[in-house]
Amino acid sequence: MDMAETATRTPVTRSGPSLATKRRIEGWLLVLPAFLLILGLGIYPLLSSLVLSFQRWDLQSQEHPFVGLANYRDALLDVRVWNAFANTGLLVVGAVALEFLLGLGLALLFVGDFRGKRIAMPILILPVMVVPVVVGLTWTMLWDNQFGPINQVLSWIAGHEVNIIWLGHRNTALVAITVTDVWQWTPFMFLILLAALSGVNPELYEAASLDGAGWWQALRDVSLPGIARVIAVVILFRALDAFKIFDLVFMFTQGGPGTSTETISWYIYQLGFKFFRLGYASAVSYIVVILLTIIATLYVARFLRSADT
Amino acid sequence: MTASSARTAASGGAVTQAARPVLARAASKRNRWQGARTVARYAVLLIVLTFCLFPILWVIAMSVKLPGEYMRNPPVWIPENPTLVHFQLVMPARGNLALKNSLIIATGATVLVMILGSLAAYSLARFNTGGRHFAFWLLSQRMMPPVVLIVPFFLVLRSLGQIHPALGLDSHAALIGLYTAFNLPFVIWLMRSYFEAVPAEIEESAQVDGATRIHAFWSITLPLAVPGLIATGTFAFIFSWMEFLFAVVFTRTKAVTLPVAISGYSGSQGSNWGQASALAVVAMVPVFALALLVQRHFVRGLTLGAIRG
Repeated sequence: MDMAETATRTPVTRSGPSLATKRRIEGWLLVLPAFLLILGLGIYPLLSSLVLSFQRWDLQSQEHPFVGLANYRDALLDVRVWNAFANTGLLVVGAVALEFLLGLGLALLFVGDFRGKRIAMPILILPVMVVPVVVGLTWTMLWDNQFGPINQVLSWIAGHEVNIIWLGHRNTALVAITVTDVWQWTPFMFLILLAALSGVNPELYEAASLDGAGWWQALRDVSLPGIARVIAVVILFRALDAFKIFDLVFMFTQGGPGTSTETISWYIYQLGFKFFRLGYASAVSYIVVILLTIIATLYVARFLRSADT
Repeated sequence: MTASSARTAASGGAVTQAARPVLARAASKRNRWQGARTVARYAVLLIVLTFCLFPILWVIAMSVKLPGEYMRNPPVWIPENPTLVHFQLVMPARGNLALKNSLIIATGATVLVMILGSLAAYSLARFNTGGRHFAFWLLSQRMMPPVVLIVPFFLVLRSLGQIHPALGLDSHAALIGLYTAFNLPFVIWLMRSYFEAVPAEIEESAQVDGATRIHAFWSITLPLAVPGLIATGTFAFIFSWMEFLFAVVFTRTKAVTLPVAISGYSGSQGSNWGQASALAVVAMVPVFALALLVQRHFVRGLTLGAIRG
């Protein structure tokens, strides 16, 4: 419509479309291939799984009859769905909170220049760069109750033999997953927060210190407000990412013992590719999509819009 | 740090005589604080670096220990008789195929995503195609947990496989396509920020001199954006290299990637750790090498450029 408008307004002296129109067409042509791919591999599956979620689709049945909202009703009554949500929620909140606090603490210690920083930084960043499945394998060996060093070190500290079967019980397994996630992702938080802190105008600190503000007040009144927006964004990023947690569950517990450490990603994977209940898996997926959209929208409205001003 | 304290000293010179003692007291307090801060910084640094490095060193050590050493309680920390036997066994058995697959898939996906992504990013940067909302819509595509898309992808790939096996499940093309789509938003977003950094005037002046836009893009803007191109491409490669969920769902035998091959060892306590660790080292080391290359771009890359670092 815009294009037609521009075209009619083009002076008659020129033949063909105007420069602005040409630029616009050129712009869309360049975007088109990427746009189509995202549409095809992002939007289409989302729509097709919406359709699937209203069907009974499993291995036994050759047909896929529409069953209305039955899958959704089943999902809301499914103890394993609630359990998976609870586990995922615990992991997200625990891991992201710890990563944020540790990352912020480290960033405050590291802001500015000091001897050894150039050597320390690349090492600090290493965990982010380890393939997640390798993280899972490595920490499986570390948490191992017989052959792993974690119980060994705990025994040294405690002064007596410690033998915790970390991955064999729900609570300790959740702790293990959290700690491992903290190991991998705290450097990410640290790096972002450090960059943000380094960007705070130093004159603000001088003004604060001339006003007699101590370290704590400077942190509360200058540093934190100065990086509020970055904090909001980085927590959102990490939380959305932690919500997907799959690799560690796969490597550590496979959702066990029983179903006690299942997360959302793991349960949907099981539903789809162990039980082949594709319709039901789609319904659970859709509940996740709706829930995440609501949470993310509320979060953006609450923390990002307000931090904007 | 030094610059800011120098500035504080300079502004201190400008204040009145009466304020001097107060400032001096504050300064000495600050010095003492800074001394403590230095000590704390190095103590924390030591602990944090150990924590970061230990698991990585552990898996490397595991890959060269003999079973008699890695299945001992208490565990042996330093390999007594380092051996390469695990590498020699695991690479011909499954490592070489997985390594080849990972290389083909990650390289293919990177090349494709960089071509499509750069074109779109250039369009967004120069013509502001679709406006701010379109750009954010693109970014939001990455927020969806991939697990909600695996069921529809599975069905699509199964039908594609009936057309031609090279497009269906367990094919390189399937993962290349998926990784391209999943990295697109990130690549567009990042490359846009790199293209925006190249002033449009340079390009326009070339066009005034008679160059076509494509020629101006090819000979002026693109070369100036090469550092960004390399950094973004490296990130795209690393993400594809690390991906696990799609790989484990959509491959069986022929197109198995390194993470999938490693995941095959999950749940086998002890007995196969040597080979699993050898494979893990093969998967891990290339990423470290690449990460060194893009260290400078880390903050921008890890946040998809959402936080300008």
